[in-house]
Amino acid sequence: MALSLLTPMFKVERDEELCIQCKVCMRQCVNGVHWYDEEEDRMRCDHKKCVGCHRCVVLCPTGALTVKKYPLEFRENAHWTLDYIRSIYLQAETGGILLTGMGNDRPYPVYWDHMVLNASQVTNPSIDPLREPMELKTYLGRKPKAVEIKNGKLAEKLPPQLELDVPIMFSAMSFGSISLNAVKSLAQAARETGTFFNTGEGGLHRDLYEYGANTIVQVASGRFGVDPDYLKAGAGIEIKIGQGAKPGIGGHLPGEKVGPEVSATRMIPLGSDAISPAPHHDIYSIEDLRQLIFSLKEATNYEKPVGVKIAAVHNVAAIASGIARAGADFVAIDGFRGGTGAAPLRTRDNVGIPIEFALAAVDERLRREGIRNEVSIVVGGSIRNSADVVKAIALGADAVYIGTAALIALGCHLCQKCNTGKCNWGIATQDPYLVKRLNPEIGARRAANLIRAWAHEIKELLGGMGINAIESLRGNRLMLRGIGLNEKELSILGIKAAGE
Amino acid sequence: MKKVYVREEYCIGCHLCEVYCVMAHSRYPHDLLKAFKKGDPLPLPRLWVEEKGPLTFAFQCRHCEEPHCVSACITGALQKDTTTGVVTCEQERCVGCWTCVLACTYGAIRRDTKNGKMVKCDLCSNWGEPPACVYYCPNEALIFVERGE
Repeated sequence: MALSLLTPMFKVERDEELCIQCKVCMRQCVNGVHWYDEEEDRMRCDHKKCVGCHRCVVLCPTGALTVKKYPLEFRENAHWTLDYIRSIYLQAETGGILLTGMGNDRPYPVYWDHMVLNASQVTNPSIDPLREPMELKTYLGRKPKAVEIKNGKLAEKLPPQLELDVPIMFSAMSFGSISLNAVKSLAQAARETGTFFNTGEGGLHRDLYEYGANTIVQVASGRFGVDPDYLKAGAGIEIKIGQGAKPGIGGHLPGEKVGPEVSATRMIPLGSDAISPAPHHDIYSIEDLRQLIFSLKEATNYEKPVGVKIAAVHNVAAIASGIARAGADFVAIDGFRGGTGAAPLRTRDNVGIPIEFALAAVDERLRREGIRNEVSIVVGGSIRNSADVVKAIALGADAVYIGTAALIALGCHLCQKCNTGKCNWGIATQDPYLVKRLNPEIGARRAANLIRAWAHEIKELLGGMGINAIESLRGNRLMLRGIGLNEKELSILGIKAAGE
Repeated sequence: MKKVYVREEYCIGCHLCEVYCVMAHSRYPHDLLKAFKKGDPLPLPRLWVEEKGPLTFAFQCRHCEEPHCVSACITGALQKDTTTGVVTCEQERCVGCWTCVLACTYGAIRRDTKNGKMVKCDLCSNWGEPPACVYYCPNEALIFVERGE
């Protein structure tokens, strides 16, 4: 066998003084990094197999393990970095497309970090959220241009809305791309915190129908798992056109992940590849999209909001405007940092635009066209903390989707190996040995804690600005100032520079 | 009485329950490192993980209402505590006849052949509550609850 030129990515260091040979590392590593050398009575390891997921480090009861970047330096070269050299070795060995998981990890600018928030001083009082009521309630859906009130009541019924206690939802992650225990964790957390999780294109497992009131069911290009019960089970429906991590391409769940449960939930034969085409083959225009939106509304008796999810790409504002005019109740935009269970590496890292620009452009365009009220905006694909949420809302979002952040709460360590199905944390896998590692009771507790913690922080930030309802921040770009941005960037974001 | 139960759907087969059981019954019951590095000879774990394919679960003494091991014990070393319900073994009186091993319908008693004594779960009566295996189970697969059987 010809020698592989790939050198290890990580080095596992074991402090022999601390190692008690309990073999927990060996049992926990699905990649087979650790093994016990009986003759030497010590644990040994194969650095080459380590993916840097930290499972062994976290589980080691004596803290004997650390994982470091493999200390091998190429001759310094600003152009040919380690990643590009390794990619070529790998492709020279396999002849295949490079696949990866999670979101774009390249050092593009993070515009959230170039925006700062305002606070009240002297002339307008700030508010203490511990002493005064603070409102985060958010409604997603089409709002009328004006409301008519008769006898103290609304004269006309409002179009269907999704009611969120916090403006944060769990983004679409299918059962198949992630484990049932991971979906259960998010579903339970969504119920506890008054928000929604999204089925992705994985269908709704029978155990999850009880969470229907907190579910957004997705209809994507493969139409997996879609039937009348499914559409009626959710509180809202989302048509998925694109995903931030892989705009313009479809999905592929390999047959080995399609076990009995995934097969039944997706309504496809056991062990068959689940291939979602790149486009919806019945949507080639905004008119076609309108037809699907209204087919779904018709099928659900016009009782549920129907949204459309797109990836943030160059003409996103015009596309979003078309989506609003096609009758969507909300438009979800996924930025180029958005995660994935599997995507071609070059697509993930090079296609799409930052969500901050996409959001600002869409909000601005819809306002200018006088149709902002007709559609709610949900953004995802890069939200890392509560400040990002607040900045997104100030830029014009109604709510945000969190995917990567939610998985990190469940234990994900961002090793980007979701596509291999060997997730040591029991999240992005269907392997019966591994899925048990995520106890949904713990997962739900952790995900709900994250939402609660962010809700507290959002209230603090709002209070500091002298605002007592998230509604008053929405699209309030005066609360933002740019740092280190050029004129063009400031004008696209629609914000002033710090000091202005 | 409160007992240790395993939820096998969440047992990840890491064997940390065994590791901490050893610690709790060693000369250094609260120092894992010293227990393993200086505790020689190490005590046997009082519970162990059964594995078959992806199915794994930790298993130990059920502290039966009418324990066969207690009635079978030829020296009276095994007793069921009338207040706590814990089935315990008075080590000094155990002669290593293994009658209890034969009598236990669950196979929950182990032979410490080095010392010629039986060992079994004592629900960490001298360690604290919940027992060490439950306290340190990383996935909350082991729980210490009253189920009123």
